This record gives sequence, structure tokens and C-alpha cells, in this order.
Amino acid sequence: MKVNGVVHPTPADPRRLLSDHLRHDLGLTGTHVGCEHGVCGCCTVLLDGAPVRSCLLLAVQAEGHEVTTIEGLASDAAPLHPVQQAFHECHGLQCGFCTPGFVMSVVGLLEQHPNPTPEQIDEGIAGNLCRCTGYASIRRAVHRAAELSKVPSPVRGAFSESEHPRASAQGESEGEGLKPV
Amino acid sequence: MKPPPFEYRAPTTVEEACDLLASLENAKVLAGGQSLVPLLNFRLARPAYIIDINRIAAIDRIYERDGGVAVQALARQAAVEDSEIVARVCPLLTAAVRLVAHRVIRNRGTLCGNLAHADPASELPAVLLALGGHVVARSIRGERVIEADRLFSGVMETSLAQDELLVEAWFPASSEPFAVIEESRRHGDFALAGVVRAADRLALFGVAPRPVLADPRDPSHGLQPSGDLEATPEFRLHLVRVLTGKAFAA
Repeated sequence: MKVNGVVHPTPADPRRLLSDHLRHDLGLTGTHVGCEHGVCGCCTVLLDGAPVRSCLLLAVQAEGHEVTTIEGLASDAAPLHPVQQAFHECHGLQCGFCTPGFVMSVVGLLEQHPNPTPEQIDEGIAGNLCRCTGYASIRRAVHRAAELSKVPSPVRGAFSESEHPRASAQGESEGEGLKPV
Repeated sequence: MKPPPFEYRAPTTVEEACDLLASLENAKVLAGGQSLVPLLNFRLARPAYIIDINRIAAIDRIYERDGGVAVQALARQAAVEDSEIVARVCPLLTAAVRLVAHRVIRNRGTLCGNLAHADPASELPAVLLALGGHVVARSIRGERVIEADRLFSGVMETSLAQDELLVEAWFPASSEPFAVIEESRRHGDFALAGVVRAADRLALFGVAPRPVLADPRDPSHGLQPSGDLEATPEFRLHLVRVLTGKAFAA
């Protein structure tokens, strides 16, 4: 399977959940594990570009597929992914445990609805639980992420487009951010 | 928790999957895994074999046939939700599938898996029942059609045999008026009670061991729903009456 653009062998034990494989075998601990039965959304990753629960997928099932984790959205040297940038700007987090899952779900949401309505935002983040924020700042972050992801309209707010090369590079698909750096 | 030990098989054809189902004892079919894997993680299910059908090609179609829409075994719920064919032929199904969990779950979960899982609180079995649809089951013995009213036999129990694979579900075209309304504690959570209206037919879910047809004029007649921390039996009966009233108000 390919994880964040790098090919890795698939674990031999079919019991290994993808979430545990990412964290324990590959050291990608940005994917968090909360409930392990698909309710909390913390372990959400992209499978071939679409957000899925990594705790409800056997790692062997990802063989031949592309997995993107929060670590794969933006490399350490690169500017943040627009969704990450929006969560940062709007302070869409407090303790941060749920944040990677929210970010991956929102990447999928904006792929489906590039200009989401408030109802679509609520629907899109309903599968992720946050026990700190009360969701208001997360909703704002999704709005902001939609703005930052737009191409080629100028990015509004504190940053100019030139300061945000990734914002203009994102385009209609999250794929731009997923290529190996 | 983590899944209990099992042996993993990933057939690449329907025939191979049916051969495995016929030859292996205590095997479970893994499609989307959005219900099965939680059951494994909770150790509520301990199958000896997992037969993962996700490597089988070309069984994810959604297509029109016989005046309705057919959904094959690996069509994800998100694909059903986005399908123009489903929206045109059976908009009731489009409305219902949006109530199934959340989009991230629907990206992986399959419609046929939802039917085979037969959770009594699930929307889709009730839609199949209200519309009078059917499923197609395949085994090494051949193929058979199971009508919706013969499919669901109890809590997470169906009339599918151990060696049968649910390869397709068929929903008749839905005509106006239709409605699917449910009450749940949280968005995307299991329904405390729900109703599906298809023209003058009414099906209920979440209030019996399996989805049931009911008389719209007296929808709670004969029902004996269970009670739990979230809803008493009386409250569920109340919900059935109120939701039926809403569904038939249009």
C-alpha cells in the first residue's frame, strides 16, 4: 500500500487495523484512535482520496490503495494545507485530539461541496466528535477552508494569495496536496 | 478493542466467494465493514473466516432494470447517495441513504451490506420493505430472488443461507408522495423510531426486531417495542404515531 506517497509492505496479520498499522508499524501517530468503533471520527484518513475510518478497515484491505494521513497533507517544510491553515486561523481546536480526524473529513467535505452551505458543513462534520470547542470555531474554520481552497479567486482575509502558494495550488481536488513531496 | 483472530480470504470472483462460503464453516462476508468491523472490535462477532469481497471487480454497479433500480454488492452508500439514476428512479432511496450514519461511513459502507446486516433500527431495510423490493442471493446452488417481506427474519437475522452471497438489491421506482422520517438522539445515530412512506404503504423501523409494514391509520397497532436508556416503549409508540402523522400530512 502507498501511504503519503511512499510504498509500504502490508502487515502479515489480517487482524491489524489500518489505524494501528499507521500508528504502531509506520509511526504515523498523527492519526488518532478514540473509540475504535467508527463513532468518534478521530482516526479518519483518506483512502484513494475519500475520507474513511481507519479503525474500521483492516490494514490488508488497503493493499494496492493509496492512504493519506494528516502527515501527508503538507510536509514539514511546506505551508499548511488550506484546511489546516483554516483550523489554525480560526482556532478550530482546543486540546487537538480530534483535529486530525476533523481535518481529513473536511478535506473530503470540500471535495464534495467546494462551496458548502451551513447545513452541508454541519452534515459534513457530524461524524466527528469534539468535546472541547462546541463546534462554533470548527464551523468557522470550514468556511475559511473553503475560501482558502478556492482557485483562482483571491484569498480574502489576513493573507494574500502570494503568501499562500498552496491555497492557489489546491484546485478542485485534494490530489494536489497528496503527491509525494 | 482489536478484532479476534480469524483467517482472511480475499476472493477475486463471485464464484470463488461462493465456493468459499460453501466450504468454510463460520465465515462472514466483509463488504464495507462499517458494521462488521465494530462487531469484531467489540468481540461481539468471532467468525473463523472473513471473506473480503472488496477484491471482486465489477460488482459495484447501480443500474436500471424492470422499472426500478438495482444496486450491486459493492456499491457504496455514498455512490447510491450521489447516483443520478437513483435520484431519478427512486428518490425515496436517495433521501433514506442520507440518513445512514455519516458521509465518511457511507464512503465505505455498502447498501447491500446494510441490508444483509439487518439492523432493526436501519433505514434501508424499511425502504426495501415499503417499496416491495427484493434482493438477489447467489450460491454454488444457483441464484434466487428473496422478496423484502421474506428477507428480514429477526434482529440482525435474514433468510440468507450460510452459503449465500447477497449480490444485488432491487428497489422499485418510488412515486410521490414518499417520506422517510426518523427521530434519533444525535445526527446520524441509530433511530429511536422511524417511518418510511411509499405512496400509501408504511414501513416502520427501530420499533420491532425487524422492519414491519403498518396501517397508516393505526400505525402502532400490535407493536411491542423494546425500551432502553434512550427511549421507553411508550415513547417509541408515541414517535411512531407522530412520525406517521408527519409522513402522511403531505
